[in-house]
Amino acid sequence: MTTHPSPAVLARYADREMSLDEATVWSVEVHLENCADCRAQMAGSATDDSRDLLARVAAGVDHNIAAGPAPAGRRSWLAARNRWLVWHSVPWLIMTVAVLGCAVLLDALQPSLPSVVSLLAPVAPLPGVAIAWSRRHDPAWELVAGTPAAGLAMLLRRTAGVLAVVVPALVLASARTGVSLALTLLPCVAFTAATITLGAFVGVRRAAAGLGTAWALAVVVPAVVTAEPPAVLQPGSSGVWALLALTLAGLAATRADSFRRLTSHN
Amino acid sequence: MRTVSAAETATTTYPWVVHAEGLRVRAGRHLAVDGLDLALDTGVHGLLGPNGAGKTTLMRALATVVKPAGGRLTLLGESVDGRADLRRVRRGLGYLPQQFGFYPRFTVREFVEYMAWLKEMPKAAVPGAVQRAIDRVGLTAKADARMKTLSGGMLRRAGIAQAIVNDPAVLLLDEPTVGLDPEQRLDFRELLRDVGVDSCVLVSTHLVEDVVAACTDVVLINEGRLVYQGTPNDLIAQGGQGDAGDSAAERGYSALLRRHRAEAGR
Repeated sequence: MTTHPSPAVLARYADREMSLDEATVWSVEVHLENCADCRAQMAGSATDDSRDLLARVAAGVDHNIAAGPAPAGRRSWLAARNRWLVWHSVPWLIMTVAVLGCAVLLDALQPSLPSVVSLLAPVAPLPGVAIAWSRRHDPAWELVAGTPAAGLAMLLRRTAGVLAVVVPALVLASARTGVSLALTLLPCVAFTAATITLGAFVGVRRAAAGLGTAWALAVVVPAVVTAEPPAVLQPGSSGVWALLALTLAGLAATRADSFRRLTSHN
Repeated sequence: MRTVSAAETATTTYPWVVHAEGLRVRAGRHLAVDGLDLALDTGVHGLLGPNGAGKTTLMRALATVVKPAGGRLTLLGESVDGRADLRRVRRGLGYLPQQFGFYPRFTVREFVEYMAWLKEMPKAAVPGAVQRAIDRVGLTAKADARMKTLSGGMLRRAGIAQAIVNDPAVLLLDEPTVGLDPEQRLDFRELLRDVGVDSCVLVSTHLVEDVVAACTDVVLINEGRLVYQGTPNDLIAQGGQGDAGDSAAERGYSALLRRHRAEAGR
């Protein structure tokens, strides 16, 4: 910090008639920017003319502020909505919820069959997740893919947006049909984590399609044909599902660098 | 007297803002950029070339949207090929794709705000930067109109606004003048000169006169290779009376291409 300029120098600085050499003007100016005392001292010794001028300028600025357009208001909730929701996946989420609604109806009409809700729960979020990270379905993919925010964090954020719709729908469906809540939600989370982990290697869209098909062929079809609840959804298996979900989520976290670019698989 | 911006006087630790050596980039299976050597510094560079020359693919590679298939690519002194962490480089990029998708329900302001957020700009700087970008492209009156209500030229300008919102060090514009009327094109050239003072701007276009009017440097590529790099005046000097074209620059352009094709054919 420089020493305070003397009152005489300050007076010469304020008076444009008195010539002060350029180097001194600069050093006084830098000092004044950081020193409130000297600013006050200089303001106190201002002449009436300067005060008039300052008052006129202040009035002019106030007038122009009042006459100009109002500043754009804060719309943080709007911005938050745009950041968390993926608009192009809305139709797919509506479809998912509608299918779950149909499953609840089927369960009510056909109590003898294994619960359709619990059979559909693991694959319910997959269409939404696939759409959330997709070249074909995201209109702005090229813009988004070139930004620093693109990557695993963004995929997780969009997946969270999908789960925020699918999980409450599943909770409602399981409450209506009396299926165990843990055996509805844990497979759902495990399949979502599996999609992201597998997506690091083959693309999220392919991973979602592959896992959905595998589940349908290996579990849903046999369960419907034999009318027996599948072994993987027996009451004791929820611990295994939880462990699977945790492991897969951990694996996905280690593959973050695979999501920096939207590859052609997506 | 012109104000010297901080970016002009800042020292850099790299010789070129954009540096490609033997760059190869695939578009699908086809090798659209094949062994391109390019070094760009601060200024406005016009990227010319016939259809299918690899302009858009090169732009995508420079925007870090697609991964190069081979060669070396350095942006702002950081390598961006392979598995490099792209976050820091991407914060300094602005990119307008040739066909950019958008979310139709967003207003222009929401769209530019969303892109600013994706570019990880400091939260406090976003509203001001958004307004400034919208003002610079002349969309102030349409700032709160929904994107789906805009005309083609206005959409293009909204795209330019999102590209410049973060004051990028590297600005990549793919066919930015498509759909702009003659008056807007003049304004756009003014904007280019303004931005080019302290950033590296690469503009891909088919309009040779745009390049001559607004660019400090011409880059001509054909079939994925660099054909010519020089000033607009050098380009004009290349053309003779016998060459195709209505202006001196167009004759220079066609002369260069004809000579390159003749050499390649031998």
